[in-house]
Amino acid sequence: MFVKHSRMDRFMLALNAAFLTLAVLVVILPLIYVVIASFMDPSVLLSRGISFRLSDWSAEGYRMILTNPAMLRGFANAVLYASAFAVLTVMVSVCAGYALSDERLKGKGLFMTVFLFTMFFGGGLVPTYLLVKNLGLLDTVWAVIIPGAVNVWNIILSRTFFKGVPKELKEASNVDGASEMRIFFSIVLPLSKPIIFVLALYAFVGQWNSYFDAMIYLDNPNLHPLQLVLRSILIQNQVDPGMISDQLAAAEMKRLSEIIKYAAIVVSSVPLIVMYPFFQKYFEKGVMVGSIK
Amino acid sequence: MEYVKKHYFLYLMLSPALILTLIFKYGPMYGAVIAFKDFSPLKGIMGSEWVGLYNFEKFLSSPNFGVIFMNTLKLSLSGLILTFPVPILLALMLNQVRRAGVKKNVQLFLYAPNFISVVVVVGMLFIFLSPTGPVNQLFSWIAGEPVMFMSRPEYFRWIYILSDIWTGAGWASIIYVAALANVDPELHNAANLDGANLLQRIRHIDLPAIRPIMAIVFILAAGGIMSIGFEKAYLMQTATNLPASEIIPTYVYKIGLQSGDYAYSAAVGLFNSIINVILLVTVNFTVKKLNEGEGLY
Repeated sequence: MFVKHSRMDRFMLALNAAFLTLAVLVVILPLIYVVIASFMDPSVLLSRGISFRLSDWSAEGYRMILTNPAMLRGFANAVLYASAFAVLTVMVSVCAGYALSDERLKGKGLFMTVFLFTMFFGGGLVPTYLLVKNLGLLDTVWAVIIPGAVNVWNIILSRTFFKGVPKELKEASNVDGASEMRIFFSIVLPLSKPIIFVLALYAFVGQWNSYFDAMIYLDNPNLHPLQLVLRSILIQNQVDPGMISDQLAAAEMKRLSEIIKYAAIVVSSVPLIVMYPFFQKYFEKGVMVGSIK
Repeated sequence: MEYVKKHYFLYLMLSPALILTLIFKYGPMYGAVIAFKDFSPLKGIMGSEWVGLYNFEKFLSSPNFGVIFMNTLKLSLSGLILTFPVPILLALMLNQVRRAGVKKNVQLFLYAPNFISVVVVVGMLFIFLSPTGPVNQLFSWIAGEPVMFMSRPEYFRWIYILSDIWTGAGWASIIYVAALANVDPELHNAANLDGANLLQRIRHIDLPAIRPIMAIVFILAAGGIMSIGFEKAYLMQTATNLPASEIIPTYVYKIGLQSGDYAYSAAVGLFNSIINVILLVTVNFTVKKLNEGEGLY
């Protein structure tokens, strides 16, 4: 940049830096607070709030969370649901996106309209619920995986991606005698890692963080994913009595409940936080491709 | 048919998405006819009696209607107005950061809350804003008495919107940051030589560059105005903040899935969807007029 800054401009830039610093602080201070609080001794946290003295720290909250069967089962269920959902969504959207990007597919306009219409109008909560119920999917894993598997946005994303794959590549392979299927699987698919990655990440994170479908479709607590377990701990204040075997359960529970909440927040967010810096660029890429349309 | 046979592979590829869409998106649209029926699960959708607009009249004349409708509208309109400009401001500010490394790190922090689940965000709100929580510990110095943030209806909307901004504004700024990165630096240099200061350059170069995207984002946000975050509002509801927090989507859930009044609930839901579509079309039309023909469709 060769822009010369006047004194006024330099003042504005300093102000800008100050505001951005403030924004970053507003965003991360609550997160830092949660992490520190999760390591506090419960009694100290209740009486004096967070402190930085090592003697005031303890891992009690984590011990409670990591030995809690509901939490562990929720964690395992969430991994299963998010992975299965990601696989299914990627398969469905990549296949549809590939077909819709091909000029030889007749009726493309009609198909796109069929998909796009669902972005603006839906049947609503109750009819959807009744449908899932009538299909016999209630209280099965399928109820949280299948109905949301088609996502118009994902189809548009992958269609945009495949439109960028040079047509000549396909034609050349065709001349060489490769079948349509072969072209897709051994030529196009290996090129598609970026879009597969982006869609899979979006789907995984989305499913990992969702609670609503599981709440309405899954009654059996053994099937509950992590977010539903978190909801009962964080919002409904139901700490599993099994977590505290003590005679003084009630008093003990009150003492521990805060610290358990903080630890639960940290534990549930760890997988995404670990993934996050590595995948930031892919997430951004996804947003960009989507915006070009 | 010949043609389809010849290119069967393409149609095969399309079919899973098409079939799932027909079943799980169009199926419920057909199912929504129960809004016009006296639906009984035993008789099924076909077998139940038609009752015309009875369920809609029931909703429109119920004493709840005014409150719930206004709550939905107020929450989403104020949310739209307050939430929309923040990502734009952030992007304009980020765009002034010259050092790429600094910019990347700032972005890394600003995006992070987007990955925190709504359950955890609301959980954090309950902890932070509780009478003994950290916010009240700070407040008690100033005000003396703890404020019951989560249980008072007058705070519900503010907490909802501000926490939405906290969660999503950074992430929403990505698209504007990308658009600003494409602005030719020569434009800025030339303007600078002509004596334009920073604010003038932002106003006359940066803002016009992101205006088309602003229009699209605005239309999409306005189109979703009635379908605002059911998931968050539902989690944030407490027995005492209901006068402000009961909105159409949470009402639909309660009367439909919790009380089992399927037909009535479907009617309320359909009413909501129709208003949504009307809003989307209206906003798109208006923005198109203002934006020299550039709309969403």
